[in-house]
Amino acid sequence: MKPNSFKNFLAEVGDISAFGWRFFTEGFKPRYEFGELLRQCYFIGYKSLPLVGITAFIMGLVLTIQSRPTLVEFGAEAWLPGMVSVSLVREIAPVISALICAGKIGSGIGAELGSMKVTEQIDAMEVSGTNPFKFLVVTRVMACTLMIPVLAILADIISLYGGYMGANIRGVVNWDLYWYQAFDALSFSDLLPAIVKTFFFGYAIGVVGCYKGYYSSKGTEGVGQSANSAVVVASLLVFIIDLVAVQITDIFQLT
Amino acid sequence: MSTQTATVEKNASAANGDTVISIQHLSKSFGENHVLRDFSFDLKQGENAVVLGKSGSGKSVLIKCIIGLLNPDKGSINVLGQNVPELNQEELDRMRVKVGFLFQSNALYDSMTVRENLEFPLRRHWMKSTLDDVDGMVMEALENVGLSHTVDMMPAELSGGMRKRIALARTLILKPEIILYDEPTTGLDPITGKEISNLMLDVQKKYNTSAIVISHDMNCVKIVANRIVVLIDGTCYAVGNYDELKNSNDKKVKQFFE
Repeated sequence: MKPNSFKNFLAEVGDISAFGWRFFTEGFKPRYEFGELLRQCYFIGYKSLPLVGITAFIMGLVLTIQSRPTLVEFGAEAWLPGMVSVSLVREIAPVISALICAGKIGSGIGAELGSMKVTEQIDAMEVSGTNPFKFLVVTRVMACTLMIPVLAILADIISLYGGYMGANIRGVVNWDLYWYQAFDALSFSDLLPAIVKTFFFGYAIGVVGCYKGYYSSKGTEGVGQSANSAVVVASLLVFIIDLVAVQITDIFQLT
Repeated sequence: MSTQTATVEKNASAANGDTVISIQHLSKSFGENHVLRDFSFDLKQGENAVVLGKSGSGKSVLIKCIIGLLNPDKGSINVLGQNVPELNQEELDRMRVKVGFLFQSNALYDSMTVRENLEFPLRRHWMKSTLDDVDGMVMEALENVGLSHTVDMMPAELSGGMRKRIALARTLILKPEIILYDEPTTGLDPITGKEISNLMLDVQKKYNTSAIVISHDMNCVKIVANRIVVLIDGTCYAVGNYDELKNSNDKKVKQFFE
């Protein structure tokens, strides 16, 4: 990495951090844009549910099918629901949901705000005496922060159902027994950190998508770049947050 | 409205003397590119001043400095008694309610209907008591531009001229004292351009607004201008009315009228 590009990278990290902090300094002061927040929750949450749901179902199904032979080899087939549920709830469902959202929502926000920027719609809000940051950024970041945990919880449930289907392809597991074994293996310390980190995933996806769109430039080319880099940076941040989260849960002996 | 009648009427309603915008020694650069150099100009109450200049001569930068979208490097911009570069965000927002801005690209909010576009500034600035009649105010603004039937349409469904009218209606809905027009007729056919120019004149008459119009469309300039400022090399090169500048012997000025 050349010194200049490293300097630019650090400058951008600083800018994104300042942008993310602005969410807290401006987001909790009136005027509150509840209507726009609800609209964004609908688009970010409800409209992403089919994609997240299908992906979660497939992940649960595939993980169960692929784990089964190894467990059978050790005569531990009865552990299948428990092992799958811990993997899905702790890691796979939250991270996969966040990555899907980084792709779908991050690019959507980056492209939408980017095109608003290049067609002067953000300037138009500003000259009409309205704070565009509050209307466009605060609502989207808030909606991402609130909706991605909801999507992750639903992904947990759907992927566990996928696991049940997977467990019944080769073997036979009773519905009640599957769920009993799945939940028996889970503890509160599995669920809580997994859900808490999804709030950070949502916040990061929202901030990066908005930042890239809000400071988009160079016409339509800039809009494409905004959408693209929003996905790349948001996906990378999801993994970095996941890495930090696992260290923290390890320190507090929650693993 | 014919051009001749329009010109007579516009002169009747022209400036009454009070200065609403006073720009003194304004300079603005982007790196090595000095866009505005020591530019000074006063806009009088009720006057339509056209800033004429080549593309890239700094016309849009000038009005973006006036509205506070860009910070000048040097100089003062006094709008309705307030020096814009010294205003904090809250004061700037209050000042912007009194100054309308019509973008060259119209800048209508794509994701909102025409009604929502017009309600957007209204709901964020007017007192609750006046909000009872939001529908009435939206319809009045649309009737002023002759497009009340488009109220529930999306901006993408409208033609270029209609979008320009809706953008003007959105600018007018807060009843601004000053309007800044950024190339209002660029990209429109001559007939629609003339309609928009006449509409600008109607607005001036009806609401007694003052306006700075950025344009290089001479048909529009002829219709709306009470006074013309020729912007060359970032400075106020010449000032006068349409006929004075048209008959000027200065080559640089004359080339705009050829």
